[in-house]
Amino acid sequence: MKERAIGEVILDLKNISLSFGAMRVLNNISFDVRKSEIRSIIGPNGAGKSSMLNVINGVYHPQEGEISFRGEVRKQMKVHEAAGFGIARTFQNIALFKGMSTLDNIMTGRNLKMKSSMFSQAIYWGKAQKEEIEHRRKVEEIIDFLEIQAIRKTPVGRLPYGMQKRVELGRALAAEPEILLLDEPMAGMNVEEKEDMSRFVLDINDEFGTTIVLIEHDMGVVMDISDRVVVLDYGRQLADGTPDVVRNNQDVIDAYLGVSH
Amino acid sequence: MFYREAGEFKASYKADQAILPIRQDRWFIWAILAIAFLVIPTVSSDYWLGTIMLPFLILALAALGLNVLTGYAGQLSLGTGGFMATGAFAAYKLATMFPGMHILLVLLFSGTITAGVGILFGIPSLRIKGFYLAVATLASQFFLIWMFNKFGWFTNYSSSGVITAPPMAAIGDVLVTGAYATVTAKYLFTLSIVTLLALITKNLVRSNIGREWMAVRDMDIAAEIIGIKMLPTKLKAFAYSSFLCGIAGALWAFVHTGSVEPLAFDVNRSFQILFMIIIGGLGSIMGAFLGAAFIVLLPIFLSNAPHWFGLDIPVDLISHIEAMVFGALIIFFLIVEPHGLARLWQITKEKLRLWPFPY
Repeated sequence: MKERAIGEVILDLKNISLSFGAMRVLNNISFDVRKSEIRSIIGPNGAGKSSMLNVINGVYHPQEGEISFRGEVRKQMKVHEAAGFGIARTFQNIALFKGMSTLDNIMTGRNLKMKSSMFSQAIYWGKAQKEEIEHRRKVEEIIDFLEIQAIRKTPVGRLPYGMQKRVELGRALAAEPEILLLDEPMAGMNVEEKEDMSRFVLDINDEFGTTIVLIEHDMGVVMDISDRVVVLDYGRQLADGTPDVVRNNQDVIDAYLGVSH
Repeated sequence: MFYREAGEFKASYKADQAILPIRQDRWFIWAILAIAFLVIPTVSSDYWLGTIMLPFLILALAALGLNVLTGYAGQLSLGTGGFMATGAFAAYKLATMFPGMHILLVLLFSGTITAGVGILFGIPSLRIKGFYLAVATLASQFFLIWMFNKFGWFTNYSSSGVITAPPMAAIGDVLVTGAYATVTAKYLFTLSIVTLLALITKNLVRSNIGREWMAVRDMDIAAEIIGIKMLPTKLKAFAYSSFLCGIAGALWAFVHTGSVEPLAFDVNRSFQILFMIIIGGLGSIMGAFLGAAFIVLLPIFLSNAPHWFGLDIPVDLISHIEAMVFGALIIFFLIVEPHGLARLWQITKEKLRLWPFPY
């Protein structure tokens, strides 16, 4: 295994607070993400983990706090802009394009890199065709990497759950992101599938140097593969640090195991 | 036995991304085209070409347009009739304002004008979805038809509100519109345009824009997160869909009927075309043609069938039976295969791969 070089901070979240009406979902959360690290967000159900990811890729706009991305304070942005900044994500409940094949789903992940005009696509000649073939080659690399060759032409609606998760990861990878947000990539999987998925996450991080922000409930996986872990509970930040630090934090133990009153 | 891709290896992505990667499919399409271009015009009577094949082709084109919008981009629309009317009246105004203009240019520009109108009525699609959008497009249907009836400018102040196509030639002096055009010329002209536009549509839906449309249809929030901009993507679908519907309307008014009033494109037309794509198959080029064939040809078959079998049934009874059988068949098909005739065709092909073996 190559020695990963964890670099400088590329995403810095300061004092983020998010409310929906009277409901306070995130309360004064601050943490940073360094380049090429695997950063996990954990916490019980309803802790605000998915909301945190939605804040990072611009679906939710926090009322307070600021987000710096690559050293610059980010203004409020539209949802489709996140992809342009190199932020890709997968979803807790699979959000694939069900009517399309695996190949088309992953090809769609490269939409921002396709520049040919609608007219050129209409005649499917010259630039559009060249582009299709060029991107197909890239997509085939991803298909090889994720070992999904056999299902490349299957409509994703027909695939089993574990495979759909893998295709969704492929679609996110197709954008060649700088930061990959994974929302419970291993939920509902058996041990073997979890092992596969963990290996893919580690390989992506290792081979492409992609920064990974991971939400996961399987503590074994989180503690094994993360560089640093942030713990949320009811929108509050309980702890932040290496897996060992977090594991021994009294607040975290109380939140997960309960406290006697 | 005959339909099998075994042994057909692709050595390049180009070959694998061809429209029809399987050899038998290519033969099949070439055979269909050969029949459509060569056999049908020689063996069919003028009645068949003019009153069955022409409306079938033109309505299939309109269905193709609606299928881009509803089947591929997922935007439900009931404005098809209005857009066809826009195409018809745009073509009429263009042909009368610039009498020397070639019919292909007239069709192209009337399609473009309709695309502009489509974009205008597509803007609400950013905010409203599903049935609510259908209601919004219904407004466009009624508004457009009302507009063409209300303002005399569109009909060049004809007292009856009817527009009549001037005679126009496609190549040399081969007329395709007006009273002196032969039915065969009209048929071949329409067939060529429909074939060309079907090919262009297929190219679009297998390219990036088509994938963006389907992504918006299947899961709009995920589409947005991977960088697809909603408004331009939806408006492109509205524009291209209206472009096709506009050309279909212009062909209907100019080539098929020769003279037309706005009422020919009322809301019933919109529903007819929506039924075509539902029965034919949403999100399928083939589906638009199968659906149009079903809706156009079946009633003709039903009204003629008793006569062919030597049964002597009164005409009014036939038309009642026709409506009943037609309705029952629609329900039957939707229960057996909710994804339409195109899916049935797909299933047939999958079965054919194994035939005559069980697996």
